[in-house]
Order: sequence, then C-alpha cells, then structure tokens
Amino acid sequence: MRVPVVVVGAGHTGLAVSRVLADRAVDHVLLERGEVANTWKTERWDSLRLLTPNWLTRLPNLAYEGPDPDGYMTVAELVGFLERYADGCVAPVHTGTEVTSVRAADRGGYCVEATTGTWEAAAVVLASGPFNEPKVPALAADLPATIEQVTAFDYRRPSQLRPGRVLVVGASATGIQIAYELLGSGREVTVAVGEHVRMPRTYRGRDIFWWLGRIGRLDERYDEVDDLVRARHVPSPQLAGTTDHSDLDLNAVTARGAELVGRLSAVRDGTAYFSGSLRNVCHLADLKVARLLDAIDESAGGRGPRPKPTRVDDDPRLDADLVADGYETVLWATGFRADHSWLHLPVFDRKGELRHDGGVVTGSPGLYRTGLNFLRRRKSTFIHGAADDATDLVDHLVGYLASA
Amino acid sequence: MGMTTTDSPAATADNGVNVQALLDARNALIDAPEGAKFTWKAATEWVRGTHSETTITDFFGLGADQSHKSTFTFSADHPEIFASEDNGPTPVEFVLVGLASCLTAGVASVAQNRDIQLNRVKATIEGDLDVLGILGGDPEVRNGFTGIRVTYDIDADASREDIEALVAQSQKRSAVYDVITNPTNVTVSVS
Repeated sequence: MRVPVVVVGAGHTGLAVSRVLADRAVDHVLLERGEVANTWKTERWDSLRLLTPNWLTRLPNLAYEGPDPDGYMTVAELVGFLERYADGCVAPVHTGTEVTSVRAADRGGYCVEATTGTWEAAAVVLASGPFNEPKVPALAADLPATIEQVTAFDYRRPSQLRPGRVLVVGASATGIQIAYELLGSGREVTVAVGEHVRMPRTYRGRDIFWWLGRIGRLDERYDEVDDLVRARHVPSPQLAGTTDHSDLDLNAVTARGAELVGRLSAVRDGTAYFSGSLRNVCHLADLKVARLLDAIDESAGGRGPRPKPTRVDDDPRLDADLVADGYETVLWATGFRADHSWLHLPVFDRKGELRHDGGVVTGSPGLYRTGLNFLRRRKSTFIHGAADDATDLVDHLVGYLASA
Repeated sequence: MGMTTTDSPAATADNGVNVQALLDARNALIDAPEGAKFTWKAATEWVRGTHSETTITDFFGLGADQSHKSTFTFSADHPEIFASEDNGPTPVEFVLVGLASCLTAGVASVAQNRDIQLNRVKATIEGDLDVLGILGGDPEVRNGFTGIRVTYDIDADASREDIEALVAQSQKRSAVYDVITNPTNVTVSVS
C-alpha cells in the first residue's frame, strides 16, 4: 500500500502528529502494535498517575475538561483521554499492527513492514514511545538465583512480590513511587540511590509544573541548552501524582521506614555492594532543588520555604548479604529505553542511539522521531510537549514532501 | 552552565585552569572514544623493611605512550610506632593524598567553568582505620578505612551555596572519589 506518511504508534505523540497532519491535509495512516495507548494500558503499574497536573494534560485540540484540573490522571483516566482523542482522529488507525521493519524502499522513501501488511511511504514518523523496554545493569546477572528480579516494566502491585525484603534499585520517579507503595504494603524496603532530581510537589501554593512553566523551563529548547546529552539523560524528578499533593522524596520514604544505601555498584558471591557516594548525591540534589526554588523566587519575587535537607544516616550500609539478610526481591527501577531494533537504517551512533536533530533523523530524509526525552524542548518529556513537537516536525515534513 | 556576575560584568575568573582546552578535548574524544582510554603506571621497588620507592614517568593515553615532564619518586614506609623507619608516608596516606588532590583539582576546574574566582582552597582530610584488621587481630575488622572525612575551607567570590555546589560537583566528577567509593577489580600476579 502506498501512502504519503506512516506514523508508527498511536500513543499520545502519534495521535498528536496525526492531528497536525490532518490539519495540514496530509494523507497518512497510524500503525499501532496493540490498541490506542497500548504502553499505558499494558506496561505500567496499577497505581501510576501522571506526574503532570490535569490542566497541563492537553494535546492539539484536546484539553482536560474534568472536575479536577489540579489532580493527576490515573492511567485508566489517561487511556480514556487518549481514546477520546483517537475517536476524533480522521486518519485510519490500524490497531493490532506491529511494525516489524522500516527500511529504505527501492524506489525511494521507506518500506514499512508490519504484521498485517506492508506500506510504502515518502515519510515515516516514529512515535513508538521512549520507554519500550527496561534498562537493567549487567550486574543483574551476578545476583543469587534465589532472588527474584522484577523490573518496573513488569511490576504491577505489591502483592505480586514475595513477602520478604525488597531492594529497590533506583530513586527517580519510578523507584521512589514503587518503594513508597511497597513500604505501605508492609514490606521492608532498601532503596539504592544514585544521582537523582528532587522536586517539591507544590511550591508557594502552586504545582511545581506551574512554576516550571512560568520561569520558562518547560519551553527551553534542545538547541539552546548547554549540554544536550546531559539534559536528555537527566533522571525523572522524584515526584508522584499524589491525591493530597504531598511530596514524594527520600525523606518521605525514610519516614515510612525505608533504608537508604548508595548506588548499587557490584554484586559478588551473593553480597551487594553500595557506593559510598550516598551523602554526596543527596547533597547535590538538595543544592539543585534549592537553586530551582531560588530561580522561581528571583522570577516571581518573594521567597517560599525550602525543603528539609535529605536525611542520610551517619554510616549508610555499604553492603548487604542478600539472602542472609532476608531479601527476596530486587526491583530494577533503573530506567527504560526505546526499542529501535526494527529500524533497518544507518541512523545510529556508536552507542546505538538514534541520531537526530530535534526529531529530524540525521542522514535519512523524511524520517522523524517524536516522543523522546527533551526531543525539542524540556516539555517534550511530558504529555503536553507533544503539541509543539508535532507542529514543528510536521512543518518540516510538509516542507520535505513538497521538495521530494 | 556559566555563572553570571551581574554586578561586575567585566570580571572573569582566573584559577589557572584552561577550561576551553578541557571542553575541546571532551568533544574531540566523544568522536574518537579510543583516545579517551588511558592507562596510568607506576613502578615500585622494595628498599628494606616496609620502605619502598615508587617512580612514575610514563602513561598511556590519546592512543600513544606519553611521559611526564620528569620522573617523580615517592617513598612509602610506616612510622616508628610500627617498628618501621618512617622513610615516607604510609600507603594509606598516599590514598588520602590522591583523594584530596583529585577533589581539589576538581574544585578549581568546576570553579573556572562556572566563572568563580577562587582565592584560597584548603582541604583537611582524615581517614579512620582500625589496624587490628591489617594485623589480623580481629577478623570482623576490615583492613581499609572505615570512613574518610574531607573538610574544605574555601574563600571564593561566590555564595556559600555556590561553594558547596563546587565541592559537590567535584566529588561527582572525581576519579579517586569513585575509586574509593566503588569496588574495582584488582588483579595481582607474579611475572
């Protein structure tokens, strides 16, 4: 089948691109491996809520109109939101259609092979999400066989885990949310903490995202930041979409009984070794959150309260004999990565990452990627960031089609 | 992220660190990552008792053998209360030297990068060590440090928060701090 544009993925970024393409009268199809919002439906834990408040959860021609603009959508609510959005989609959405290969077509353009058919397109927009598979460090292979390993990708709820102690590796949004939930289920939890970003849920009576928008952080562009590699790899902030708008930082999990240890740096003969850098990574995060709040105060005038310093034991434990100390589960909250294994084009750098300039894939005209961390702006990471990114990429794409 | 001193726009910090050269090197090595793989070398010869002498001349980096401007020599020994002759610092004190000098180089580099003028940087460093470990007197006691404390006294044209951030960032980017806080595979063999 020939079509000018194929969009791979019918999540929020693919649907946003589709909406903008339709507005520009560009004929296209969406190919979706499962159903609309598939990742949200099938690959996230039950209690997850968006980190962003409802009023900020918007897409081109769709805004939140529910009763709780300051709340945070559950996954089910978000799925409903995206399904309503997809209903308004004029382009065909081929669900149950998993793309297995994208390659250069003989006659130019791209050949997109999927489980239900093959499409040839002048342009392809990859909107397959940033988080397709869990990242687990190589040292996972060194863990004792009796320890159950669960990734945040497979985690759904506390009852799924064995009753014993849990070592949660990672203290960004995912790790800290799951650790907090496991503590609430009565489990003993140790959290291995590397570099992290601390943020209060609210500041001076407003959601932190309101302030991030107000001081221009969310609109910072990829071609304006100092160190883009670093900006794209900044861990997700320690936040949760809490119903009471409470903070979820390391102090919150230690108040619930968690033990903090340094980054998991090795496993040998059943013993896990933790870095001695815990104090410094906590101090770094404390300094950074203070700088953020200073920037807010500088912009808004006045001064709000500062979060209490992160509490760290005088002598955090440097090792744990996992089996002897009663650990039954290691929960990997060590990040996710995009899967591009089906992309058969010379578009990767030596580390296997897609080379692109704000979503315009390098060296492969007509190929676009959306929905990656800090793709074009800091807000690209969040739902509402899809709107401006879709507009920019479709502008580029329309120009490309006109010239091709 | 460059610091800006709005009240003295002409001021530019000079801590004697060529940050531009370091940033250029980083960019060059991102494109040629093999060049970033360095091997540091030292040769140690036993003298007598617990006294040894280590010389350092050569290293490998940027894809080639390299040399220091001259050969550096270090004596290591133990103090007289260990029934030694005290011809030099103890090896564990050399570890403290490594940590403090690495962090201090980092403070200067980060300050330069943030355009912060340093006027004085002093570190005192203490490492606690229970010698019953190395003497084999108590199997529960580890050989190495049970804790290390570094205290910085810094006079710089910057706020206390900015100075604390310098020190925190220097830990984040310190090789010796990493060596001490994380395990490293060590292979010792006989030729």
